[in-house]
Amino acid sequence: MATTTVTKDTAPADTKGGRRLVDTVLRARELSILAALIVLVVVTTAVNSSFLSEQGVKDIFLNASILALLAVGQTMVVITRNIDLSVGSVVGLVAFASGKFVLGHDRNVLLVLILGMAIGAVCGLVNGVLVSFFRVPALVVTLGTLYVIQGLDYYWAHGQQINAADVPDSLLELGSGGVGGIPYLPMITVVVMLAVGYYLRSFPSGREFYAIGSNPDAARLAGLPIRRRILTAYACSGILAGLAGVLWLARFGTVVADAAHGWELRVVAAVVVGGVAIVGGLGTVYGAALGALLLTTIGSVLVVLKVNSFWQDAIAGLLLLLAISVDRLLGLRVTRALRRRNVRHGA
Amino acid sequence: MTEPPPILALEDVSMAFGAVRALQDVSLDLRGGEIHALAGENGAGKSTLVKILAGVHRPDEGRVLLDGRPQDFRGPGDAQHAGVAVIYQEPTLFPDLSIEENIFMGRQPRVRFGRIDRRALRTAAAGLFERLGVTLDPERPARGLSIADQQIVEIAKALSRDARVLVMDEPTAALSGNEVARLFTVARTLRDQGCALLFISHRLEEIFELCRRVTTLRDGRLIATEELEGLTPDDLVQRMVGRELDTLYPKQETAVGEPVLEVARLTREGVFTDVSFAVRAGEIVALAGLVGAGRSEVARAVFGVDRYDAGTVTVGGTRLPGGSPTAAMAAGIALVPEDRRQQGLVMDGSIERNIGLTTLRSLRRGPVVSRKAERDRAADWAIRLRLKYARLSDAVGVLSGGNQQKVVLAKWLSTEPAVLIVDEPTRGIDVGTKAEVHRLLSELAADGLAVLMISSDLPEVLGMADRVLVMHEGRLAAELPRAEATEETVMAAATGRTRQEAA
Repeated sequence: MATTTVTKDTAPADTKGGRRLVDTVLRARELSILAALIVLVVVTTAVNSSFLSEQGVKDIFLNASILALLAVGQTMVVITRNIDLSVGSVVGLVAFASGKFVLGHDRNVLLVLILGMAIGAVCGLVNGVLVSFFRVPALVVTLGTLYVIQGLDYYWAHGQQINAADVPDSLLELGSGGVGGIPYLPMITVVVMLAVGYYLRSFPSGREFYAIGSNPDAARLAGLPIRRRILTAYACSGILAGLAGVLWLARFGTVVADAAHGWELRVVAAVVVGGVAIVGGLGTVYGAALGALLLTTIGSVLVVLKVNSFWQDAIAGLLLLLAISVDRLLGLRVTRALRRRNVRHGA
Repeated sequence: MTEPPPILALEDVSMAFGAVRALQDVSLDLRGGEIHALAGENGAGKSTLVKILAGVHRPDEGRVLLDGRPQDFRGPGDAQHAGVAVIYQEPTLFPDLSIEENIFMGRQPRVRFGRIDRRALRTAAAGLFERLGVTLDPERPARGLSIADQQIVEIAKALSRDARVLVMDEPTAALSGNEVARLFTVARTLRDQGCALLFISHRLEEIFELCRRVTTLRDGRLIATEELEGLTPDDLVQRMVGRELDTLYPKQETAVGEPVLEVARLTREGVFTDVSFAVRAGEIVALAGLVGAGRSEVARAVFGVDRYDAGTVTVGGTRLPGGSPTAAMAAGIALVPEDRRQQGLVMDGSIERNIGLTTLRSLRRGPVVSRKAERDRAADWAIRLRLKYARLSDAVGVLSGGNQQKVVLAKWLSTEPAVLIVDEPTRGIDVGTKAEVHRLLSELAADGLAVLMISSDLPEVLGMADRVLVMHEGRLAAELPRAEATEETVMAAATGRTRQEAA
């Protein structure tokens, strides 16, 4: 049986086929997003050369950072076959809360960040407990918390707004400054993305997120700690939304109560466009972050091309439909291939 | 020669679900180095027994012994920990993850900081497949694997846990000849390595080929545990059936009329092949066979719920278009589905609403559905079928299983069908109501209705049917007139032995 001692080097080429196919499909998604990005940028630059200016590029990355950060958190939830619609409200609440916190004081930036993430964590845990322990469908739970958190925020804000003048410079520096020409915001997002991506890929507990989303019944039979993982996913999504809330304040300075209103759907769109299966089990945080970058770039392009901004939502919607159709088509083809095979076996 | 205690044993185990006694005083011992067969008809209690071994159910009475010591499995995890692995007919894998990850999910080999050791994972998976003598790429995802390969992955999973007991619940049902042979090779290898195996199959020849001893269950009771050597397949069938018919089946003699439903060469790829039969007015035709033989699928195709690839369905001389339940209803077919909770009823809806669902158009007064007409019709049917209920506005969910089935029947009978297809009409129904449903079917046939009855309940088939069609692996294996239909002839055809003898 020496022939079957398969090691990395001697593996027969054909047995790698299945794995490679899936890799190709996944990478194809990430590559096609990149290709779309490049086409967008080239065409827009041809029309308006100022688009690719240093400031223009910087703006896109700054704007994409917050969305990408939320997309990373959302990915963890979606992979387990759940969804977190409350993130937009959490961003709004945290942005306002940390604005109140720093109002007139020169608070330590780190302290503000920790406070923001703590608020986010609480929101995430509420979602997580309701979904995992009380088995309420995630869509309903997070839709509920979306409105509850939004309501709290409105009630608290009561028409007030935080002005950039009241925000300490150290915090504003976080939003617009950087090292060596690279702003802090994208740096934070990239670090978080790499960390989460590495965790999901390389740790047993990380793989369990995929397993749970891929087949919940099998996960139960395998004795995986399903509730704990789902709770963790929501907590992470909440913490990242809290972080995003502080960064929102740092970036814009001015915060009204309905900051990030409607962002939950942009986040979900970014995640799905980025190749994360809405039914769980498939996708990477890298894809989701790329999806966020693509959606943001489209927004900037429309501004540069002087297209009415309401088209931005319509295009995001179209991309979403395209992404889901592609997923569905691929899924159907796999199923059909499988059925044909079973027929052959049955005959 | 003193034998060591069996690796896993059941001792006087009983288990009931509500009023239904699934197992009564059943004992079983699984010894190392032996493949043991479990035989019995559908509903004999085999699945319940498997679930007790798997730790899914806890027996009401009796003990589970591991190496002679009592065990209490509180969940599937406990049983796995004790070295019991169960391979279900439909394996439970994670389609999006690679094979190696599937095998080691929850128990991955690790390196520093708790990271997964991918190299060790790969080597271990490859080593398992080498032990099993199969070639599967551990890196490919589980999605798209054939059932046979999925089972191999499940077996590899069991091996990686050092399982000493392997339970295989109808593993061969979806496999081709070569795949069965490969599975048997693997099973024998495990046996020779000292594992205890429990093998469940409806194919008797497989039991005789693979196993040493057989335990037979009937109606939840232990009939015999014996050596297979010296036993004939007919002996085994005798033990599996061997019941007497009783007065549960009030069959009326009817005048059989013209063919109403004619099915010719109906085929759905991979599900059923070349199925032809006719049902005449006033006749009850039973469609018998084992679970998975394709009976319900034929009914669904005839009614148009599922498409078919070839063949024709004709009702009263008119050919039906495939895939259209609306057309089938218009032509006069009614289908009472197998799963009344999921497919037959709106459980939260009231009795009257459920009965009215199929005839909403005729209940219209102007553009809206008349509540009064709906109620009158429901009351009418409730009396005709002797429905037991408090108020017609009560939710169907609160009724007993038998009365729920009557509501489904009323719903379809109110369409005044010419052909009634009933799928497992008395499953999960208590004996008294069962007899009532039988009486009703008999009366309906006497009134000139053509009835096609799918049933796994052999006595019911024999007691009610004018003719019995037996399906085996997607084909009609036999057509038996009432006089020739016995438990033995039906079971023989259902397990595919008639055809082999003929060949």
